[in-house]
Amino acid sequence: MQILYFAWLRERIGHPKEELETSASTVAELVEELRGRGPRYAAAFEDMAAVRVAVDQELTELDAPLDGAREVAFFPPMTGG
Amino acid sequence: MSVSVQEDDFDVGAEMAAMSAGRQDIGALVSFTGLVREMAGGPELVLEHYPGMTEKALGDIEREARARWDLQDCRIIHRYGPLAAGARIVLVLTASPHRQAAFEAAEFIMDFLKSRAPFWKKEAGGSWVDARESDEAALDRWK
Repeated sequence: MQILYFAWLRERIGHPKEELETSASTVAELVEELRGRGPRYAAAFEDMAAVRVAVDQELTELDAPLDGAREVAFFPPMTGG
Repeated sequence: MSVSVQEDDFDVGAEMAAMSAGRQDIGALVSFTGLVREMAGGPELVLEHYPGMTEKALGDIEREARARWDLQDCRIIHRYGPLAAGARIVLVLTASPHRQAAFEAAEFIMDFLKSRAPFWKKEAGGSWVDARESDEAALDRWK
């Protein structure tokens, strides 16, 4: 699974993307797994109210299932326009 | 009908002329241009986006607008990369036989683009621009 990070999540984690083999079945489980990877991840996922997620480029919720997902992206609330 | 996500500037007049060229059925052509405002963090900002999802999200917003209003054409251009205060950042064009559909659809597209298209603004000073609650609240009127 490809994991992508944008804006301050990318800066806190220190890289824009990574490949990950995971048995997580929901976004929330994946976040728990990522938090265990070190303090940079723990800092990025400290306040989940400030984090949005897209699974295969569709905005979704933290409890969304991951079955078959190829790409999961984490980012702050969007500020375009 | 088209969506462009690009670093380059755009020409509002040329885009409007292209939309109405050779047609006699359009009664209203609405144009919204968003500009970079000067902010406390400095005179420029950098706009990051999520290539792939950005085009998809804008395409979904355009499709939804076309399903809700009788639009004859629609165009969305959004820039990314470094942008100075005063620069054009986003263009929305809508065309319809009568003005109400074009006005409403342009507002709808901008409201959804603000909080559903994956763009993030970073000030020159290094801080990320916070999302505004009023932008999220603006979506409620379209329910």
